[in-house]
Amino acid sequence: MFRVDKKGETLMVQKRRIKILIANPGLDVHDAGARYVAKVLSDAGMEVIYLGIRQTAEGIVNAAIQEAVDIIGLSILSGRHSTIVPRISGLLREKNVHDIQIVVGGIIPKDDIDTLKKHGVKEIFLPGTSSEFVVDRIKSLMIN
Amino acid sequence: MSRDKEEGYEKELLRKCRKDEFKTSSGISIKRIYRPEDLKEFGYEKDLNEPGQYPFTRGLYPNMYRELLLHRRLGMGYGLPEQANARFKYLYEQGGQAGYSGAATTTLYDGPTNFGLDSDDPLADGEIGKMGVAIDTIDDMEVLMGGFPLDKTFNNMVLYDSGVAAVLLAMYIALAEKQNTPIHDLTGSCLNEPLQTFVCQKCSIFPVMPSLRLCLDIAEFTIKNIPKWNPISIYGNAIRESGGNAVQEIAFALAHAMAYTEMALARDLEVDEFGPRLTFYHNVNNELFEEAAKYRAYRRMYAKIMKEKYNAKKRHSQMLRVFAKTSGVALTAQQPYNNIIRSTIHTLAALLGGCQGVFVASFDEALSIPTDMAATIAARTSQILIEETGVADTVDPLGGSYYVENLTDEIERRAWDYLDKVEKMGEGMKFGPKMLSGVIAGIENGFFENEIALTNYRKWKDIESGKRVIVGVNKYQAEEEIPIELMKVDMEVQRVKIERLRNFKQDRNLKGAEEALKAVEKVAASNENIMPVLVEAVKSKATLGEIINVMKKVFGEYKGVSCFV
Repeated sequence: MFRVDKKGETLMVQKRRIKILIANPGLDVHDAGARYVAKVLSDAGMEVIYLGIRQTAEGIVNAAIQEAVDIIGLSILSGRHSTIVPRISGLLREKNVHDIQIVVGGIIPKDDIDTLKKHGVKEIFLPGTSSEFVVDRIKSLMIN
Repeated sequence: MSRDKEEGYEKELLRKCRKDEFKTSSGISIKRIYRPEDLKEFGYEKDLNEPGQYPFTRGLYPNMYRELLLHRRLGMGYGLPEQANARFKYLYEQGGQAGYSGAATTTLYDGPTNFGLDSDDPLADGEIGKMGVAIDTIDDMEVLMGGFPLDKTFNNMVLYDSGVAAVLLAMYIALAEKQNTPIHDLTGSCLNEPLQTFVCQKCSIFPVMPSLRLCLDIAEFTIKNIPKWNPISIYGNAIRESGGNAVQEIAFALAHAMAYTEMALARDLEVDEFGPRLTFYHNVNNELFEEAAKYRAYRRMYAKIMKEKYNAKKRHSQMLRVFAKTSGVALTAQQPYNNIIRSTIHTLAALLGGCQGVFVASFDEALSIPTDMAATIAARTSQILIEETGVADTVDPLGGSYYVENLTDEIERRAWDYLDKVEKMGEGMKFGPKMLSGVIAGIENGFFENEIALTNYRKWKDIESGKRVIVGVNKYQAEEEIPIELMKVDMEVQRVKIERLRNFKQDRNLKGAEEALKAVEKVAASNENIMPVLVEAVKSKATLGEIINVMKKVFGEYKGVSCFV
């Protein structure tokens, strides 16, 4: 498996399971979607760390670093994306972590998508996305 | 036709069908046709009886909707208390709250309120007023209820955790006292269903035993002081909306109802004192016949349980008073206008099932909290069904249908199997009564959560494979979505709310509030009922967050386990 670093150099990456952390940030308790995606990704051979609901930005970032995950997957349906995502990407930058990518799934108004992408979100999965597509996109994030 | 011949014939017919199997959401196989032999053991009096008579399969009252219109409530809450209050008034004028002698309000609270956090708590940042109204203080409660005379308003407070339910009920009681309304005359409910909250809603603040104690404190206090209050609403809606099927919805909810009854009996409440105060808040979903059959089976089972297991003598203790919420999860973000049709079918199922009330979801529920327009259409949905179509003009119109009666029996049989399983899990546990022990075991060993998660996983697999059709999602997708107007809650709400809380704290007698909080801590550590001291605390201007925090010191905090399937 290959991975391209920030400078555009292609690096050999040891072939191993993709490790992804899934969390529901904030106080929203709608977790059925996140749990389904967690199971789908684990069925697809990825190593899934499911943090569950009531997660803070700090808690998510610390767990992601501690577990050395490749990707943080955030499930957000509450409208809190506009505050929580910048905080998570800010914390990662502060801690000098550049190899953990962020993806978001949930209810995200179209107008907010660009802002989230500016804050470093690599992919936003909206309602109706097939689980096959989610698996493929996450795999390809690891290659590009 | 001989049996062999018939089987061959059925197989031949099935080969021509558009699907190779027909099943309900709970996995019950559906036959091509139902005949008298599908109801072999059926007896009118034993299985159905007249509406208003045990086992109440056909309904709780002789006249049903011919006399009492279906109670209609639209849940509401967003932003600041005055914003939610204005929406209450608007919905009331639109006839969105009907069937009550006076006004009715159904309040939904925001995430921070449901977790017992004040608006200035760092964890609340970004969520103030977003998914419900934000309440911190008795002053907020006063603004929220402004213009609604408390003794003439049915106030349905949708609060999951018992700690938060106790504090907000205390604010409501304190407000009534301030307005010189006798608390005896208050009517309403406060949900207060901790067992469900551990499994589905997942906003539990305290561990299992203190949560149950607070739940029963509310029940005991209201039974003695606010006799028309419904202190516990068994919240099957969350079991369904978090992914369970129709059978799991009623089976787990019945297990909870039995556990609360056993706790009430252990507190020396009489079953005929406690039983009549239990209410049920459930779901209506896509499959019309299964939903209607579910409520018929549910009433019959509950009546049997209360009469035979707990020896309830009063009819009212055996009557399952159930309020239905039309599904939000069954609504889609894609082609959202289609949801108006779905909610109409759901509302019809509630009527055919004989529910006492319905809360119709707004068509934009999958996308945001409702706009005025979406909430108005929700109000119109039940008005059109009840007043234009004639479906509510006879009692239990599906009664006697070979299919529906067979389905009612099958749902009941499967639900009893679950109840046996849960009861067995409690064997040898330390909590005493069997169902209570079984339910606590099922929460702690993840049984309920896993059963629901597995059902949900299979459902979505079926949707992804196309086996289960969701119009606009996996079939008949639109190239381009028609844009709809969405409700957005301004971040200004948060700023105003925090500033208001700061002023509230500055203006109060701090010493008085601190003493009241100490008193709460003391009673929490004892066996006394916590309600009186909570009423004093909110009168002394202690805030929700402050009260919950002192209770945390005594009770500890619930640390749930996060698992997926």
